Amino acid sequence: MQGTPAFDTGGEEAGFGRKKLREIPLALLLLAPSLLIYSVFVFYPMGRTIWLGFYREDPFGGRVYAGFEQYADVLSSSDFRHSLWVTLLFAMITVGFGLVFGVTLATLAHQRIKGVTVFRTIFSSTVATSVAVASLIWLVLFQPSIGIVNQFLKSIGREPVQWLLDSSTALFAVAATTVWQNLGITFIILIAGLQGIPDDLYESARVDGASSWLQFREITLPMLSPTLLFVSVILTINAFQSFGQIDLLTQGGPSDSTNVIVYSIYQEAFQNRNAGVASAQAVILFIIVLTLSLVQFTFFERRVHYAGGES
Amino acid sequence: MTEVLAADRGAPPVPPSVKGAAWRKAGRYLALSVAAFIVLFPIYSAVVVAIQPAQALLKWPGILIPTDFDFGTFGEAFNQGHLGRFLRNSLIQSSLTTVAQVTTSVLAAYAFAFLRFPGKRWVFYAFLATLMVPTEVIIVAQFQIVSDLGWLNSYAGLVVPFVAWTFGTFMIRQSFLNVPGDLRDATALDGYGHAGFMWHVAIPLARPAIAGLSVFSFLYAWNQYLWPLLVADDPNVRTIQIGLKSLNSANVDELNLVMAGTIIAALPIALVLIVFQRHLVRGLTAGAVKG
Repeated sequence: MQGTPAFDTGGEEAGFGRKKLREIPLALLLLAPSLLIYSVFVFYPMGRTIWLGFYREDPFGGRVYAGFEQYADVLSSSDFRHSLWVTLLFAMITVGFGLVFGVTLATLAHQRIKGVTVFRTIFSSTVATSVAVASLIWLVLFQPSIGIVNQFLKSIGREPVQWLLDSSTALFAVAATTVWQNLGITFIILIAGLQGIPDDLYESARVDGASSWLQFREITLPMLSPTLLFVSVILTINAFQSFGQIDLLTQGGPSDSTNVIVYSIYQEAFQNRNAGVASAQAVILFIIVLTLSLVQFTFFERRVHYAGGES
Repeated sequence: MTEVLAADRGAPPVPPSVKGAAWRKAGRYLALSVAAFIVLFPIYSAVVVAIQPAQALLKWPGILIPTDFDFGTFGEAFNQGHLGRFLRNSLIQSSLTTVAQVTTSVLAAYAFAFLRFPGKRWVFYAFLATLMVPTEVIIVAQFQIVSDLGWLNSYAGLVVPFVAWTFGTFMIRQSFLNVPGDLRDATALDGYGHAGFMWHVAIPLARPAIAGLSVFSFLYAWNQYLWPLLVADDPNVRTIQIGLKSLNSANVDELNLVMAGTIIAALPIALVLIVFQRHLVRGLTAGAVKG
């Protein structure tokens, strides 16, 4: 994994040590812009976040050391626990539905028939929507009196629902927006995964008379499982970082039913002016996302090995 | 990575000799069409809302099928929401981010791919480590830093924190690693130093990766929400995403106006994607499918 040189200029083994030193200034020059930005805007802020997490704002604009007590307070606060739970629920809904819709679309579009590129373009089209665009479109769909969702309910004789104003439905409404917005990228990754499955597996299954469903269950799903895992991790991390759709659709409400972690950090830091509490929450979010990323990396490594082994 | 959207990829068609092939084919088109309808419905609905006068929406089925037309809403949304200015701001912010990100990525990737220096492994790990830190986690501290630098409400504040991106560096490095060693030897004979080799050989060969990264970076920068919301409140630097938020809060009851604005905001990036779809798809799938 560590930067393997692309080539060895032959017969230089003897001079290797000297060469290694000679290229230091150039390497420093080339790496400097990235390293400078990372130091000032990633590593330092990360350290500062951890540091801030140990301090409390006092009413006079100063800071008081609180240490791990702050974490104990945050972790035992019912609001934060609620936020964690809401985020988890949000992640489960968006990942679950995202996978089901993604796999359905990818399977449908994974056919060699005329005009299929048009469908593939349509299915990947939501990659073009930003979180603001997607959220406003769905805000109108969920509009209580004239929105299409309630008009549909009315037409089949059901009571209209205050989707974004009812604490039992708001999270699902925000999740629907998110699933739709993520559909494009989910579809693209999954169809690329499907295309990696060798055709002859299906051919021999067909010779044996296996039904389409059996082929899907016994070939497609197992062969696609690494891609499915990859997509699940990406979607889960996305869910844990969600902010825009919450800000535009519900502002964390009603009664905190959509107050996911990032929204809670935002409120603590920029509305309640509690940088300390916000930072402690951010560190907890960091640990969660880090764990998820590590899962992804472990999987990634293994995937690379498989790919290398086959060729 | 092959083109995943190309027509010749996918499960083979049902041969006409199979019993009921025509029905099966029709069934497949039907299923594809239903799925396409569901995916596109929200966009269709946005258009239907945007092109009608407000009263037409109140009467069923105005929200589903246009009964009256009013295209003036687009102009109204554009002027009232200052969308022209916000689009320009977004264009400046995203272009600056893209150019800077591609530049830092190419430079760093060159060092990783072609140079030998002590501690390379550790620098590589440092780059990897940045992937583990989501912006949302460090947003409070980042905001304080940008504020201390006096960069609030400026392009510097919007852009500079994002001009290095490990994903981009790795993408370019991967393609540098595919440059044949013979070429390096040949160019060395021609008297090229590293600068000449980078400019005349490595960069031209990595052009597809650079194109993919550019589209990806632009899209990413253009769609940013939380950071611009925090640091660029001033209308002179406010991006289109946050401009949409303001348009919505100022016109909560005028759905047609908000949807017209939303469509105006979505169009530029949709065009970018239609033109550069191939590059984007390659970029997206490069990370996912083959390591």
